[in-house]
Amino acid sequence: MGKKREVQEINASSMADIAFLLLIFFLVTTSMATDKGLLRVLPAPMPKDKEVVEEEVKIKERNILQILVNSNDELMVNGQPMDISKLREKAKEFIVNPNNSEELPEKEIINVDYFGNVGVTKSHVISLLNDRGTSYQVYLSVQNELVAAYNELRDEMCRKKLSMSLEDLAKSKDEKDKDKYDVLAKKVYPMKISEAEPKSYGKEGGN
Amino acid sequence: MAKFRKGGGRKLGAISTASLPDIVFMLLFFFMTTTTMKEVTLKVDQKMPEATELTKMEKKSLVKYLYIGTPKREFKKAFGTGSRIQLDDAFANDPSEVEEYISRQRSTMKEADQGQMIVSLKIDKDTKMGIITDVKQALRNAYALKISYTATQKVNNY
Repeated sequence: MGKKREVQEINASSMADIAFLLLIFFLVTTSMATDKGLLRVLPAPMPKDKEVVEEEVKIKERNILQILVNSNDELMVNGQPMDISKLREKAKEFIVNPNNSEELPEKEIINVDYFGNVGVTKSHVISLLNDRGTSYQVYLSVQNELVAAYNELRDEMCRKKLSMSLEDLAKSKDEKDKDKYDVLAKKVYPMKISEAEPKSYGKEGGN
Repeated sequence: MAKFRKGGGRKLGAISTASLPDIVFMLLFFFMTTTTMKEVTLKVDQKMPEATELTKMEKKSLVKYLYIGTPKREFKKAFGTGSRIQLDDAFANDPSEVEEYISRQRSTMKEADQGQMIVSLKIDKDTKMGIITDVKQALRNAYALKISYTATQKVNNY
């Protein structure tokens, strides 16, 4: 009676159980954040009322890089079979036309902000056509190589004229840098990858 | 003798588990921060393709998801083994259903965000392009033009 009673400690042994329960709940309901992707923009739909009218856009042959992927996942670039590992270099050469060749797109010198006089191939088009039987991985790899070609060119230009990498420029919060990036992406090396209107070749995976 | 008994009678003290909650909480916070809530329960098997030029999805609220792959084992009997589209928690019967799904998704978004909607296509890497082309056409018709092909980062070795 005379003894001083100690304040009882709260029993914390169930704390572990509670924490485990929470842990398991989160493990089950969540997934690792891996949502990265290749961003692309689709063209607007064709007007429905004039479906039959074939588009009569004349593009000079030298301005087109025609890429075909067949159902065996083989590549054909401008009529010649090609390995996917060489596509990036081919695309880069096509976009820049470094030697002002007659075979490659028309080049003209324009003056843009921040970059000064640059030679651009305004009217080049990379046309991509795939079969219904092409596998997705190959299709995406082709898209990836093309985007990579543009990104590498932009990066080279960035390093040469602004002495910073494209990554830094894209990440920069500065208004001026954003402007520079826009000029680079829209005027110097605009991305022109066009996908042909799909045609059906009959059976799935066939042809 | 007494000494012997004394030694044998001594019990090992229980290992203190007082730090166990701390350890588990640490794990808990780790998983809470590194993971995200699953959007839906996947009904299709998926292996993401590989690519290098990837962009991270910044604003989750702008991203809507669409899954394509072969049905998981428990659904194979009912839905077959061909590639199927999963919208929310159900299989779509036809690629044209995507159009309606997108407009439904769009109406749930804030008006200011509607134009910035990004459709993330989570597609198994072995899928044939046929079904994907159909889906892309449906997306075009629904004016969901910004798309992202979800992929995993490939380690560049050349």
